[in-house]
Amino acid sequence: MASELTPPQRSVNHLLPFCAGFLLIIVLAAICAPWFSSYAVGGFEEKRLLEPPSSAHWMGTDGLGRDLLTRVLYGARVSITVGLGTALIALLIGTTYGLIAGFKGGNWDHGMMRIVDLFYGLPDMLIFILLSLVFGRNIGGLLVALGLVSWVRFARIARGQVLQAREFLFVESAYALGASRRRIVVRHILPNIIGPIIVTLTYSIPSAILAESTLSFIGIGINDPYSAWGTSWGTLVQDGYRAMRSYPHIIAFPAAAIFLTILSLNILGNGLRDILDPKQR
Amino acid sequence: MIFLLLKRFIHGLIVLWAVATLTFTLLRLAPGGPFDSERKLPPEILANLEAKYHLNEPLTEQYLRYLAGIARGDLGPSYKYLDRGVTEIIADTLPTSALLGGLAIVFALGISFPIGLCAAYYRDSLIDRFCLFVATLGISLPNFILGALLIWAVALQLGWLQAGRWDDWSSAILPTITLGAAPAAYLAALLRSSLVETFGEDFVRTARAKGLKESAVIAKHALANSLIPVLTVMGPLIATLLTGSFVVEYVFAIPGMGRFFITAVTDRDYPLIMGVTLVYTAILVGANFLVDVLYGYIDPRIRSE
Repeated sequence: MASELTPPQRSVNHLLPFCAGFLLIIVLAAICAPWFSSYAVGGFEEKRLLEPPSSAHWMGTDGLGRDLLTRVLYGARVSITVGLGTALIALLIGTTYGLIAGFKGGNWDHGMMRIVDLFYGLPDMLIFILLSLVFGRNIGGLLVALGLVSWVRFARIARGQVLQAREFLFVESAYALGASRRRIVVRHILPNIIGPIIVTLTYSIPSAILAESTLSFIGIGINDPYSAWGTSWGTLVQDGYRAMRSYPHIIAFPAAAIFLTILSLNILGNGLRDILDPKQR
Repeated sequence: MIFLLLKRFIHGLIVLWAVATLTFTLLRLAPGGPFDSERKLPPEILANLEAKYHLNEPLTEQYLRYLAGIARGDLGPSYKYLDRGVTEIIADTLPTSALLGGLAIVFALGISFPIGLCAAYYRDSLIDRFCLFVATLGISLPNFILGALLIWAVALQLGWLQAGRWDDWSSAILPTITLGAAPAAYLAALLRSSLVETFGEDFVRTARAKGLKESAVIAKHALANSLIPVLTVMGPLIATLLTGSFVVEYVFAIPGMGRFFITAVTDRDYPLIMGVTLVYTAILVGANFLVDVLYGYIDPRIRSE
């Protein structure tokens, strides 16, 4: 996300194993959702409306008698896909763009970075909502729209790193030895800038998950009820929000899932930054 | 300085034009129109509607008409609210959103300064670790979840405040906290790291060595020098508040611009979407301009450039 805020502080390191473990569970849930749960994702049970958590339904049931645990497990699919997919799209576009700008230098660099500045200054959610009107409210359109918004962060990092790396002696000597541009980028520059880019990647994933769940919550996110992807956690929170007064369990579980996932990713990002990019500490 | 500000101003105008053009293009590219509904409208009525809103003209003409309207401050008619124009709707709802945003900024600044200062001053102590942990929690907690949690705990369980009203000061408390929490957490963490750096500077040691009172060292030397990084993030921070306000106004049913924007998106009320987008951009551009002015005021080195 362009104007998304990332935590600038040092890591809360002793929590790292828990976060990694939790994320592993979420990823497993996303992959194996159908085997984890003995209930069908669209399964209604008319006699079991709005039940509190029990041994049969660990998270209770919702207003249509659907097993909430099943819905939360399937929701992990949406979040993980959106988080990883967006981050990868943004990484590809942004890093390539930044590398080109940094390498061309001069007017090219200036012009290209002006465009980045323009994107950087705008509220990303706004552009994102406009883009999603064009690309449609399905998971593919969402990925494209989110990716188109969040690439600028990678472009900035990649360009800055290239400008720095160009000054390294070994890059100069590679030039002097007559190495091709391509070889210099791939062999000498990329390995040296990969650390900060991985850190940026780690922070982009929770940003994307946050953006997706927020949009789904306010009712302008993915609107594709018949897909095998399941329902977004944001939509589940929205469902629970309406019934919060009497049945708080319906909102509690999906809300906790979103919060813990984003928290774990942020802590993991801090930890990775300390390891890969000690200068920013 | 004046030259710099003039340059910034023109830059801001270019951003506004770019956003206006981008929004116009995107909404014309979007599949489906504002008058699509479950029941198909008879073609004559559709033609009349399109003629009324000039949708039958060539795109360039529509675009120029739109730009000319913006220059006059007329953002066009709303497709959904037939009795009010977009400019009127924004004029009605903007003050509410601005009040909420202003309160959230004050709240964020008010609690982040003491927390950041405490954490940096007692660096690596238990207090520091605790502040850090709270800041990480605050950054990771989405505002719609925080809002729901506050309504559930404070309004429904404890019954201290009422949710879903917007008439007196007490109804602004929960929305302000919800909107300001993430910026506050972010600012506190930022202030901490910038203060830790400043506390290690030579001039702070000199100030202490010459026997300055600790309170004066903090206020005059440490805090004053940490204002620059705070100013630097004000732009993105205000952008975060703007998008945050969509959600908070939705959760607390506050009649602000953000809520109208969301309904405009679901209704495909294109002029309203374009209008609100432009106003948001204008606020952001204005805020960044103000930040530049303040920069020159706080840091004389920038003024002389």
